[in-house]
Amino acid sequence: MIVELGHFALILAAAVSLVQAVVPMIGAQKGWRGWMAVAEPAASAQFFLTAVAFAALTYAFVTSDFSLRLVVLNSHTDKPMLYKISGVWGNHEGSMLLWVLILTLFGACAAWFGQGLPPGLRARVLSVQSAISLAFFAFILFTSNPFTRLAVPPMNGQDLNPLLQDPGLAFHPPFLYLGYVGLSMAFSFAVAALIEGRVDAAWARWVRPWTLAAWVFLTIGIALGSWWAYYELGWGGFWFWDPVENASFMPWLVAAALLHSAIVVEKREALKSWTVLLAILAFGFSLIGTFIVRSGVITSVHAFANDPERGVFILVILAVFVGGALTLFAARAQAMEAKGVFSLVSRESALVLNNILLAVAAFVVFIGTIWPLVGEMLLGRKLSVGAPFFNMAFTPFFVALAAVLPIGAILPWKRAKLGRTMQPLWGVLALSMAAGALTFAIQTGRSALAPVGMILFVWLVGGAIVDLFTRTGRGDWSSRLRRLSNLPRADWGKAVAHAGLGVTMFGIAALTAWQQEDIRVAQVGETFPVGAYEITLAGVEQVEGPNFNSIQAEMRVFRNGRAVATLYPEKRVYPVAAMPTTEAAIDNGFLRDVYVVIGDPQQGGGWAVRTYIKPFANWIWAGSIIMALGGLLSLTDRRYRVAAGARKMTTPKAVAAE
Amino acid sequence: MKRLVLILCLLAGPALAVQPDEVLSDPALETRAREISKELRCLVCRNESIDESNAGLARDLRLLVRERLVEGDSNDEVIDFVVDRYGEYVLLKPTTSGANLILWVAGPVLLLVALGVGLLYIRRRSGAAEPAAALSAEEEARLKQILDD
Repeated sequence: MIVELGHFALILAAAVSLVQAVVPMIGAQKGWRGWMAVAEPAASAQFFLTAVAFAALTYAFVTSDFSLRLVVLNSHTDKPMLYKISGVWGNHEGSMLLWVLILTLFGACAAWFGQGLPPGLRARVLSVQSAISLAFFAFILFTSNPFTRLAVPPMNGQDLNPLLQDPGLAFHPPFLYLGYVGLSMAFSFAVAALIEGRVDAAWARWVRPWTLAAWVFLTIGIALGSWWAYYELGWGGFWFWDPVENASFMPWLVAAALLHSAIVVEKREALKSWTVLLAILAFGFSLIGTFIVRSGVITSVHAFANDPERGVFILVILAVFVGGALTLFAARAQAMEAKGVFSLVSRESALVLNNILLAVAAFVVFIGTIWPLVGEMLLGRKLSVGAPFFNMAFTPFFVALAAVLPIGAILPWKRAKLGRTMQPLWGVLALSMAAGALTFAIQTGRSALAPVGMILFVWLVGGAIVDLFTRTGRGDWSSRLRRLSNLPRADWGKAVAHAGLGVTMFGIAALTAWQQEDIRVAQVGETFPVGAYEITLAGVEQVEGPNFNSIQAEMRVFRNGRAVATLYPEKRVYPVAAMPTTEAAIDNGFLRDVYVVIGDPQQGGGWAVRTYIKPFANWIWAGSIIMALGGLLSLTDRRYRVAAGARKMTTPKAVAAE
Repeated sequence: MKRLVLILCLLAGPALAVQPDEVLSDPALETRAREISKELRCLVCRNESIDESNAGLARDLRLLVRERLVEGDSNDEVIDFVVDRYGEYVLLKPTTSGANLILWVAGPVLLLVALGVGLLYIRRRSGAAEPAAALSAEEEARLKQILDD
């Protein structure tokens, strides 16, 4: 009964989305106030109805209702509660339902918090947003209905893919979707602005928080996924340039570019048409990402839906929305005239360079991702594009980006002198070079990777500190320090996010350059050295979990004879899914992780054991979290709140005047 | 009984990537083998190199790579040997031959084009005249109200 209610609510939500897509748009074109006003209650209704549908599906999973096909395929009574809930989105149908839930949530948020928007713009934004959700409602109802019943329910389910039964992965999809789908707001704003033919500072001020929020969620989502891969897949890789990873990385790159170009629109009324184009592309890449994951067209570890019908459906959605928006863009972009004037050396130019590097980097990832497809369809060549290509083709863009970032961040607007801007940065530059040279001197190998990572780390973090400090103006140190805490949160957010990028880059460089690995057969009781550590395989025993059996080793880690940690790596077998997983055990540290994996028993006795020393591994994700934190800080800046408040005050008057 | 089932499950399941018995005794050769392994794709896996993969075929390829290295092949010779047998699909780093060149130069070329366009745009902006009144009187008043808040 509850499941049927959910199904019905989903169909109702689709009907509401149809109304919301059509009526407010006509109202906005004709200037009919009543029709425009339909958008707001409709957006709320859409969200609540979808929430009911999602709750019904969750209920079916929690109560293990095996009359539902989806629950049978992805759940089991023995599964822990957390994974019963995360099982809702750990499959194709449920994850699409989560996708529209978030889509309608963003639409409802735009209705709730968009009170200050000009009524025409708000009606159009909500209408475009609803057209997107209509397309996805249709996709779910016609190709991927999660509410399909089984005539003969089995006694128990087939369990969720064991790899997905993990806290890191339970929350990875929701964050990623919040990011993907958040970019739909930027898209809706861009299309609405194109229809109105007006892009100004106020528009940019509206678009930016949505983009920033989406980018923050994407950052967290990607970091969670990468962290999961690190500890779950058993050899501590953190990024594989897998098509599905790229699918989330491309929108991240474009969103980062959009964040920066929207600043130029907001402050200087330039780069307008480019910003609109980026807003369209950012969501376009989100849709491409959905297409790649959902269609399984580019096979990868993640593609759990391999169904051409679904792929074609999403391709049509992609073509209609991105194609339509780009056509509109081609027709209207000329109307958006830039106003701001700036010279070659200026903050504006630096942000143009930032956009070029980020956009071209996104393009490199894109062409690398689709090239196997191009090769097979157009060239008749079956080929692969993997990590070695991306590492070579992509990395230079981020090195260049990091190299110019601290300078661009403190360049004045409009017109600047490079020599003067560089003055506070010379010290940081010298320090970073010294740190790089020192790193090169003390490392054992000849690799340039870690020294370059160190240079960029000091350069970015030092640059961020200088950026903050130059904002405190003149005067003695104590008053400047006092002023530091009164700086706008946006300034803090910017500095924190830029520093976070430096932390992540150093983590990646150091881990890649300095990782130590040891693969051997160890007898129980044997001690062996790995790097500066001695590892003892103290014992191996069998353990039983709620829905798995496990072989668990006890491994003691020593350094110079002193005990550092005792680790319990496992090798699990999930009998229902008949699938083994490795559970690495990690001793996390500020400077290094000790990462141990237990393998198979060997014929001549003993166990295959793998040990890794992974220097600065945690810095990769710590940096990502710092970046996300910077975004959050910026999101809470006073100017967004003040602008919203001011609009609330002026809106009634504007209404009266019209 | 349960114990037996467990052991059978474990033995039937895929082994971990590089196994201790595969490792060559010569560390220099082993390092080269690892480097080569990272550039070769496991044919039955999804986007994994043979160095990372647990599949049986990947193990066969790893052993093959090591066999060729022990016989005295150079890195390129080993890779050519594998490509001859399995096709260019095994290469995770695509060749620059034929149309693949587009893949490799697309990024740098687009960067140059983008820099050119960006420079033109900036030059146009730096030459443009500052618009006289960006805001109407009404908008000025509203701005003042916002700023005073």
